[in-house]
Amino acid sequence: MITLGDYLIVSGTLFAIGFAGVMLRRNLIIVLMSLELMLNAANLSLVAFSRFRVQPDGLPDYNAQVFVFFIITVAAAEVAVGLAILVALFRARQTTDVKDISSLKF
Amino acid sequence: MPPFLFWTFALLMLIFGGAVIVNRNPVASALSLVVSFLGLAALFMSLDAYFVGIIQVLVYAGAVMVLFLFIIMLLNLRAEEERQINWLTAAGGIAVALILLIQIFFVVGRFRDARQTFPPLARSTTDDVWNIGALLFSNYNLPFQIIGILVLIATIGVVLLSRREPR
Repeated sequence: MITLGDYLIVSGTLFAIGFAGVMLRRNLIIVLMSLELMLNAANLSLVAFSRFRVQPDGLPDYNAQVFVFFIITVAAAEVAVGLAILVALFRARQTTDVKDISSLKF
Repeated sequence: MPPFLFWTFALLMLIFGGAVIVNRNPVASALSLVVSFLGLAALFMSLDAYFVGIIQVLVYAGAVMVLFLFIIMLLNLRAEEERQINWLTAAGGIAVALILLIQIFFVVGRFRDARQTFPPLARSTTDDVWNIGALLFSNYNLPFQIIGILVLIATIGVVLLSRREPR
C-alpha cells in the first residue's frame, strides 16, 4: 500500500530537483521553471496531508486544498511578472544569462 | 490508486523534472515541464483532489507553459553555447541539493505518521469543487479578495514593465 511517506519522499525529491536547478543553471528562464517545480512540490505535500487528515465527517481536510489554490494563483502571477522582467532585461542587455547580469554585484 | 500507477506517475514526474534542468535547449525544458506537471496532476487525482488536479492542468500545462514557450520563441533563445563549466561551483550546488535531499529523507524517515496508509473516505467524493468553493467564500473570503487585488497589481505591473519608454 502507498503510505503518506511515499508521497512526502516524492515531493521532497521534486523539491530537491528544483533547488538544484536554481543553484546550477544560469539561464534565467530555466531558473524560473525550477522555481515552479519547487512550488509544485510544496503543493503535492499539502494535498497529501489534506487526504491523510480525514475529518470526522469522512471528507479530506479542504483547508489545505484552498491553500493550494492560493499558491497556484500567486505562482501564476509570479511567472507573469518574472517573464515581463526577463523581457525588459533582454531588451536592455540582450542576454538571459545570470552571469552577465552583475551590475549590482558587490 | 494501485501502487503500480502511483510509482509510474511519480517516476514520470521526477524523470521529466530532472530533464527540465538537464536539457540545454530551453524549448525542450519547457516541454519536459509540461509532462512533469501532467504526472503531478495525476498524483493529485490519486489523492481524491480532482479540483486541484484539473486546475493544475489548466493553469500550468495550459496558461503558464504557453507563456514560457511564447517568451522563449519571442526572445529567439537558442541552446546556450558550451561555456567553461566552473566545476567547483557545480559541485557545490549539487552538494547542497544532495544534503537537502538527505535531510528530507531523514525527516520523513523519523516521522511516525509517514508509515501509515491513507484512511478511507466516508464516501467517494466528487463534489470537492463545491466544498472548496464553500470554504473559499466563507472562511477565506478576505484572503480571496486580497488575491484578486494581487493579480490586478501583477497585471498592471506587467503592462508597465513591458511598455516601451516614450521618448
